[in-house]
Amino acid sequence: MAEQTETLDMPVRENSLQRWLKAIALLRESPVGMVGGGIVVFFILISIFAPLISPYDPNANLVPFVTPFSTVDDKFFLFGTDQLGRDILSRLIWGGQRVLFYATAATLSAYAVGIVMGLAAGYSKGWVDEAISFVANVILSFPVMVLYVLIIATLGASGLNIIFAVVFASSPGIMRIVRGLTLDISTREYIAAAQTRGESAWFIMMVEILPNARGPLIVDFCLRMGYTTITIGALGFLGLGLPPPDPDWGGMITEARAFVMGGFPHMAIIPACAVSLLVLGFNLLADGLREVSLKD
Amino acid sequence: MLRLIARRFGLMMLIMFVVTLLLFLANEADPLRVARSVLGPYAQPEQLDLWIQQNGYDRSLAIRYLDWIGRLLVGDLGQSVIYKRPVGEIFWTRLANTGILAGITFVIMVLLALVLGVLAGMAEGSPRDRFISVLSIATTSVPEYASAVILMAIFVFWLGWLPGTSSMMAGFSWIEMVLPVSVLVLYGFGYIARMTRASMAEVMTTHYIRTAVLKGLPYKHIILKHALRNALIAPFTVIMLQINWLLSGVVVTEYAFGYKGFGALLLEAALRRDIYVIEACGVAAVFVAVFTQTLGDLGYTYLNPRIRFK
Repeated sequence: MAEQTETLDMPVRENSLQRWLKAIALLRESPVGMVGGGIVVFFILISIFAPLISPYDPNANLVPFVTPFSTVDDKFFLFGTDQLGRDILSRLIWGGQRVLFYATAATLSAYAVGIVMGLAAGYSKGWVDEAISFVANVILSFPVMVLYVLIIATLGASGLNIIFAVVFASSPGIMRIVRGLTLDISTREYIAAAQTRGESAWFIMMVEILPNARGPLIVDFCLRMGYTTITIGALGFLGLGLPPPDPDWGGMITEARAFVMGGFPHMAIIPACAVSLLVLGFNLLADGLREVSLKD
Repeated sequence: MLRLIARRFGLMMLIMFVVTLLLFLANEADPLRVARSVLGPYAQPEQLDLWIQQNGYDRSLAIRYLDWIGRLLVGDLGQSVIYKRPVGEIFWTRLANTGILAGITFVIMVLLALVLGVLAGMAEGSPRDRFISVLSIATTSVPEYASAVILMAIFVFWLGWLPGTSSMMAGFSWIEMVLPVSVLVLYGFGYIARMTRASMAEVMTTHYIRTAVLKGLPYKHIILKHALRNALIAPFTVIMLQINWLLSGVVVTEYAFGYKGFGALLLEAALRRDIYVIEACGVAAVFVAVFTQTLGDLGYTYLNPRIRFK
């Protein structure tokens, strides 16, 4: 009996590293996705190595109003400096780190809340579903930026409040997606099997349903990272963002806006391009992932 | 259909009730805070007490809520703290200004998105399709505040073709509308275009289109008479939902160009805690959003016979 099982061609379950490598190899089939992934990785690396690559202290007042690609007092400024003489490249690098950190933290928190709500609504159905869906409907009926302005203006602008506002505003959308996927997946036979085994509801939701819903969720996560990046920038632009003087891209744009007409458009254009490039990276990555997942 | 309409409008009323309640509680739950934001930070405790009594803020929360709703319904929006005038005097002109901005944007955006989406979707996988798809992702990645400063640098600073602010000090001017509208259109059209493309591409693979092609009908006829009609059902909902997004974009864009609309008013009021203005703007924004969503849902049901007759 034992010999027989050895000769059988048992499917080997790959470990998670192998599966990730396989997923990345799959992404190579989508050039758009590769470009997007490349942009995102580029910004992540820059954020991680910010202390090493940033040429100056981002808050140090060096020489004001230097145009890009110029050398003043033996100091080279690739992107020039702003009205207070702070090096724009250094502010861009550190600002990027701050934006990426808060975007990731906020999106992950929103996902944690959205996933729990969505699983609960989709799996238990009945009045739990009705109640959660109604709350989601109410929140989603606010135009997002109106909601952000109301929340941040009431609570005050700080990193933690921004995370809270993002969780509040975007977890209902995530909840709807998870709920839809859960409704679909809970009709499968392996769920019935788990229920027959007597598994607890939480085990079924977390171990059986959630992993099988990951495909669309990963695509949505990338898109939402883009939205959150836009949102954090928008709040900074409206003066409701991360507190100064540490740099954030939206704040840099709004401070520099007055100097566009004064002859220094680079101060605003450079951070504007940085936000757009990062968001483009997330959007292209999401598009590539979607394309690849449809091919499967 | 009638029952569906009644149910959707019932849900809409319920949402409006909850939203107004939330706005009311967030702003007016504490009478002392209301009094302080109206009278300013230097008001004496006796003055605050007097104000609370004179304005009926010593009544219970439920009574005050009902009273507030009643006054909203007859158009009495309260007194603005910043402007020292009735909110109604400022609010309706601001709302009309936003209506003009959003209306022009909406027409241009939808037309552009539908044309591009159909052009891309009728030839799935072609270079034209690829180009339009990448273009619509790229423009959707540039947030309003980024495109606002980039366009300002190009058209205002370098070329000098357009004015940099749109405050409309000397009455309505088309040239001041160009930049705000462009910014909103650029950011918004990509999503509708992509939805239209997906819907069109799906329709093009159906049997009845193949039959039409094999029958030898002219291509133009197939696209315009057979494909478009079904392909435009799905984007319709998206277009209606887009109004909600447009209201978000309006806040940023109005601030960027100094346009005197309701988004800029809301921002100013929220920053300076002008509660009656916040309430009026919040209720208006949610009402527009919920109303268009309801219309979108009903329209979709009406347009799509597969749902209508279920």
